[in-house]
Amino acid sequence: MEKMTISQKILAKHAKKDFVKPGEIILADVDLAFANDVTAPIVIKFVNDLGGVIANKDKIALIPDHFTPNKDINSANQCKIMRDFVKQNNIKHYWESGEVGIEHALLPEQGYIKPGMLIVGADSHTCTHGAFGAFATGMGSSDVGFAFATGKSWFRVPESIKFIINGKRNKWVGGKDFILKIIGTIGVDGALYKSMEFCGSAISELPMDDRMTMCNMAIEAGGKNGIIEADETTINYLKERNIADYEILKSDEDAQYVKIYEFDASNIEPQVAFPHLPENTKGISEIKEDIKIDQAFIGSCTNGRISDLRIAAEILKNNKVAKYVRLIIIPATVEIYKQAMKEGLFDIFLEAGAVISTPTCGPCLGGHMGILADSEVAVSTSNRNFVGRMGSPKSFVYLANPAVVAASAVAGKIINPVEVIK
Amino acid sequence: MIVAKVWKFGDNIDTDLIIPARYLNTSDEAELAKHCMEDADPDFVKKAQKGDCIVAGFNFGSGSSREHAPIAIKAAGISCVIAKSFARIFYRNAFNIGLTILELPETDKISEGDTLEIDTKTGKIFNKTKNETYQATAIPEFMQELIESGGLFNYAKKMIQKGA
Repeated sequence: MEKMTISQKILAKHAKKDFVKPGEIILADVDLAFANDVTAPIVIKFVNDLGGVIANKDKIALIPDHFTPNKDINSANQCKIMRDFVKQNNIKHYWESGEVGIEHALLPEQGYIKPGMLIVGADSHTCTHGAFGAFATGMGSSDVGFAFATGKSWFRVPESIKFIINGKRNKWVGGKDFILKIIGTIGVDGALYKSMEFCGSAISELPMDDRMTMCNMAIEAGGKNGIIEADETTINYLKERNIADYEILKSDEDAQYVKIYEFDASNIEPQVAFPHLPENTKGISEIKEDIKIDQAFIGSCTNGRISDLRIAAEILKNNKVAKYVRLIIIPATVEIYKQAMKEGLFDIFLEAGAVISTPTCGPCLGGHMGILADSEVAVSTSNRNFVGRMGSPKSFVYLANPAVVAASAVAGKIINPVEVIK
Repeated sequence: MIVAKVWKFGDNIDTDLIIPARYLNTSDEAELAKHCMEDADPDFVKKAQKGDCIVAGFNFGSGSSREHAPIAIKAAGISCVIAKSFARIFYRNAFNIGLTILELPETDKISEGDTLEIDTKTGKIFNKTKNETYQATAIPEFMQELIESGGLFNYAKKMIQKGA
């Protein structure tokens, strides 16, 4: 029997095959397909043009998270298309403003993601869900429309690259820094079309939130998916949500990888990605110049989870946001929002002078809730620092972890958290 | 056969450059076309003529899954995109909406303003301006079949009719 990686195994299982090899094209059964308010209108058109067939209503989800609460008339109309479709077809997995959160935080939290699943989403950050040992990949609206209608999708089985991170993680370093370090090493197309598999003792010690952050940014290296085998940490996360009934798949020991990279966690410090590519990374101690900021953003599908907010609070406690700096904090889901409120994090944020918003993708993609003006500089926990990503095409975005962003908001410039928390 | 004038772009032309998110509050093709490549070249839509092509470097279409990106390019009248490589989701999306794309490692040899004769079937590209011929990477067999069966939509239609 030929050896397979975890990604090959999941694809083989869903194509009802014993073995699939990289490069092979397969048609596979999809366990979950979803879309958001930007991508759903085109998905819905695809499905309706086919006569409105939905293969399995329980295996699709619609999540209005990007421009909600509706930011303008056009966005409201896009959400209405979505809502009408949901009502018409009596689709269960839909969340209205007040209950909706950012799709890649909401779906795991609500127990939709399990190890071994095959997941497609009309959003490039769908790769987040690989953190659970699932195969999850972003696709366009037509492909997701195809999955809605047929319950299937076609895949080119990807080659895999293995990233081994061993050693002890430093203080103020998280999954964000691991993935930025990797992207800085291999480049924004370093994993083009490929599966990125993360393992090693430092990954085993990472909490689920950080694992999601890592898999979330696989797409920023061009990866088809990011994946981490399920372990005790995963099982405990699922147990807390009363989820059982799943199969844990693991890579064979001598499975084929096109490349293997090894990192020592103890050598990784907080990373900052400079404009305008996520690969332009520097360790925080390598930054010699003063980078003054106008805005700091903590949130998004990358770093808007409860552990991110706790880290931000640790830094912001008894500190104030610098003059003329806006700090925007957006919990990714309602559950995270409630938890942060219960733990008193909002008091700390408000005392520090931050803005707290209801869950939305909002400023990450220059949608709403914090758009940048010409020549402004932002430091953000989100995933992309492309030209114009957060507003004006003449603005500048630096990517970092929540500790660096919170500390920078206090200092008014990009700074190592150790300089704020002495 | 496409005959097209070239507009040249660099590496990593991401989907935010192709169609910024501030215009994603609609999926109307004509509206998206108005802002095609706006943050890479604000005058692109004014300058480009119907039938022109885009030639770029590595990783064209990186970033978001927005199908609005190839839709904006197609609706702006661009006949074809030739790049050293394409980001994965953009690659699928372009096929799915019927925008012709070709992978060509030698795009550095092509200059802005050159006229290309592109045989989309064979991937043969003749640069009339420079009198050079290039061979684009063959389109994967399965994607050829997909095109021949009338695209993903018709493929889905057949599957549903068969009750697969």
